[in-house]
Amino acid sequence: MTGLTRRDAIKAQAAAAAALAAGLPVPAAAQNLVTDANVTELKWSKAACRFCGTGCSIMVATKAGRVVATHGDTQAEVNRGLNCVKGYFLSKIMYGADRLTTPLLRKTGGEYDKNGEFTPVSWDEAFDIMAEKWKKTLAEKGPEGIGMFGSGQWTVWEGYAASKLMKAGFRSNNIDPNARHCMASAVGGFMRTFGIDEPMGCYDDFENADAFVLWGSNMAEMHPILWTRITDRRFSHPHVKVAVLSTFTHRSFDLADIPAVFTPQTDMVILNYIANYIIQNDAVHKDFVGKHVNFRRGNTDIGYGLRPEHPLEQAAENNDKAGGSEPMSFEEFAEFVSEYTLEKAEEMSGVPAETLEKIAKLYADPNTKVMSLWTMGANQHTRGVWTNNLLYNIHLLTGKISTPGNSPFSLTGQPSACGTAREVGTFSHRLPADMVVKNPEHRAYAEKIWKLPEGTVPGWVGSHAVKQNRDLKDGKINCYWVQVNNNMQAAPNMMEEGLPGYRNPDNFIVVSDAYPTVTAEAADLILPAAMWVEKEGAYGNAERRTQFWYQLVNAPGESKSDLWQLAEFSKRFTTDEVWPAEILDANPEYKGKTLFEVLFANGKVDQYELSEKAREYGNHESEDFGFYIQKGLFEEYAEFGRGKAHDLAPFDTYHEVRGLRWPVVDGKETQWRFKEGSDPYVKPGSDYEFYGKPDGKAVIFALPYEPPAESPDDEYPMWLATGRVLEHWHSGSMTQRVPELYQAVPDALCYMHPDDAKAQGFRRGTEVRVISRRGEIRTRIETRGRNKPPKGLVFVPWFDARRLINKVTLDATDPISKQTDFKKCAVRIEAV
Amino acid sequence: MKHLRLAILAAPILLASAAFAQNQVATLRNTAPLDQQGEATQIPGIVNTDIRQVRNYPDQPPLIPHKTDNYQVDLNSNKCLTCHSRTAVEVSQAPMISVTHFMNREGQTLGAVSPRRYFCTQCHVVQTNARPLVENEFVDVDKVLDYVHSKQGGSD
Repeated sequence: MTGLTRRDAIKAQAAAAAALAAGLPVPAAAQNLVTDANVTELKWSKAACRFCGTGCSIMVATKAGRVVATHGDTQAEVNRGLNCVKGYFLSKIMYGADRLTTPLLRKTGGEYDKNGEFTPVSWDEAFDIMAEKWKKTLAEKGPEGIGMFGSGQWTVWEGYAASKLMKAGFRSNNIDPNARHCMASAVGGFMRTFGIDEPMGCYDDFENADAFVLWGSNMAEMHPILWTRITDRRFSHPHVKVAVLSTFTHRSFDLADIPAVFTPQTDMVILNYIANYIIQNDAVHKDFVGKHVNFRRGNTDIGYGLRPEHPLEQAAENNDKAGGSEPMSFEEFAEFVSEYTLEKAEEMSGVPAETLEKIAKLYADPNTKVMSLWTMGANQHTRGVWTNNLLYNIHLLTGKISTPGNSPFSLTGQPSACGTAREVGTFSHRLPADMVVKNPEHRAYAEKIWKLPEGTVPGWVGSHAVKQNRDLKDGKINCYWVQVNNNMQAAPNMMEEGLPGYRNPDNFIVVSDAYPTVTAEAADLILPAAMWVEKEGAYGNAERRTQFWYQLVNAPGESKSDLWQLAEFSKRFTTDEVWPAEILDANPEYKGKTLFEVLFANGKVDQYELSEKAREYGNHESEDFGFYIQKGLFEEYAEFGRGKAHDLAPFDTYHEVRGLRWPVVDGKETQWRFKEGSDPYVKPGSDYEFYGKPDGKAVIFALPYEPPAESPDDEYPMWLATGRVLEHWHSGSMTQRVPELYQAVPDALCYMHPDDAKAQGFRRGTEVRVISRRGEIRTRIETRGRNKPPKGLVFVPWFDARRLINKVTLDATDPISKQTDFKKCAVRIEAV
Repeated sequence: MKHLRLAILAAPILLASAAFAQNQVATLRNTAPLDQQGEATQIPGIVNTDIRQVRNYPDQPPLIPHKTDNYQVDLNSNKCLTCHSRTAVEVSQAPMISVTHFMNREGQTLGAVSPRRYFCTQCHVVQTNARPLVENEFVDVDKVLDYVHSKQGGSD
């Protein structure tokens, strides 16, 4: 067909039309149109999208055990019939030809060998070697020697089962989700400012705001369906303004009334300037601030979350008390931000004064309802928690919060970063419903719900994502299980930390995935996973909306869901093998039981009969275990939050509705929290109540600008920012296997300013090395693409398994949230 | 319950099965060891044939069969609509944007294109001539219906 032009095609069509008009025979295909409803009818079922945290509802068509079509759910509030291009291709994500269908163990001569070749084995053999390694490590090192790395893509019950197995079964808090890489700073921000996690507002704010301000977010590509709601609002209501702030120009700037490209890290300067502007221009909502806000001064000089021996950590004064703060007055706060003048903000950020003032006025004008939106730009930041705090500051100073359209909104990257990673508490320091392992009352509460002996859940904070890789390298964690994520590709500083950790001869690494990813290749045992609608699932999106779906098709070969894998593995251990004698002596009724019996067949999780599951859908886990395990896990989990402002509806309800936003009280969801009239937890007469804090008041924090961990210098003169593109989701393990998405954007390119390219003698397409102090990749220069960096900055996305940009990135984290800053490190670019 | 078996589809598995006998299983990497990297492939060209492609299913947004370099789609202007709008197609002979594009969130048809559909590239993408790294075994609904039909019109 090459060489055929549109004009030729039009001519061909015209000829066909002429033939038809002349009464010539119509093509055979038309005569054979199948119209029998028995044949053509498709079964349509709802599901939540597998990709981002927007949480679009998808209608999925199945026929003969195959997914044959998908489209946006017209009944869903979130997306009202729309999908982004990835969502429209969901039908194809499960059908990559290289699906894993059997466990694969590295073997030489029929025996496990760390350096052996991946060889198909049975589930029995896979669990045998796993159990052997786990038991050996538990005996030698105790619970600190094992670890698990999960995901904001776990379904709610998978994350819950994993957390329970690790924290209560193995008594190890070394479990963390990849949400640490994306949402930990958001969580830290919420807990510090409000004492309770997740946004107070909801997506209805999109149809009510007068102004949208994007802080480092590129919603046009990363949250496309929410971007359609902003686009709709902006064009339908001409008074609406959109401000887009970023360290480089991208697609969201196409809708920007107020575009602003700022120097990396100076978002903190701009935010403090806006707070100062609000105060200087008498725009503080004094009544609101007086009644509902406290002021605190945060500890400064808190380090960069690097290894303790790093000079930056040695020099930092407060890296052991990074989250500390002390009370201050409004006057002291005003004094604190007064140094952030317009002149200083312009000088440091590089954004023109006139632009800065326009943005400040959106917040200061009492008649403009403002929605602030941010994701990785603010969270993947060595001062990410601070940046989240500073964003809340400007909404709290003006009282622009918890009412329709007034909304500081932390967007989410993964489909269940909120629903699973955060709400279930799969972080190394957390328990469900915002409780923490350090608090003895919280542990006792968990043990009560789990029907486990006192002292089962340990009080030590486990290793977070970045520290887990360091622990693997240092041989502190020797058994490690990764589920539903591709952390070898995703984690920072792969060459110095991740890869040496996985390949450390002392370690046994297990990776559960649907596809052979980069992480799977770095493992010793690969377990084939059922994905998305191959299992019954639940996700919770960024607006606190919990959504369910049924198992719609069977998983290929012997692949099984992560839930099945977790529960099945728990059968391999008895309490005597993993719990200390003191606990068992004090509670002899638990002696000799398997972890499956004490965690899952505990009289609660197994209380719903298999017959309660939907007859028209499969459920491979429940069919194997003999009880409706998803319902049992969900109802046990929901006990944590009911009556504690995290109320979830009954299990069965979620299979009927297009999701509900918690807290769901008396069958009613909550759109705006902390506001009387819309949140049933607010005390009558209080107007607003930030009940996450003991005195009901939110906190405005005084926090200064502090420099990034690494900045460009003579040797490494460019900033590197990493991120995503619209067509691929995260590491591309699903979307790179959809030909249409792959062919749309096949390669991760190095987006560069044309002048920078010219100065180094590069043209578009020149092959280059992107080199940091830690590693390098080869890629090609793009000077005309959708991302337009300013001079001195390059952008490289991380979806490309062949060009692993995290060989280059720095594992500096926010010292409070432990989240990596993937947006800032120093590189140089050289021609190959 | 009759389930369609992969075997009848005769979709060859090219890279995957070959890789399983060895250490480099990460299909998308084409066997480069994790700590190494070969040459970065050339930036592929954009398919610019104007030949429309078969959709995988009716609900799929059509792919863009031509270059869109330097197309302006922003606050001020939408270049795509200069050919694909309702009134432009007589001259352009380009496909008109679908009727769904005139519907608001409530499903009501507006007098003009719905702003929620304004940014075309959120759903419609160009294609490069890069060769896919791994085959996709998605089965077109027609083949599935043929299969069902051949089994005497059984449903799922």
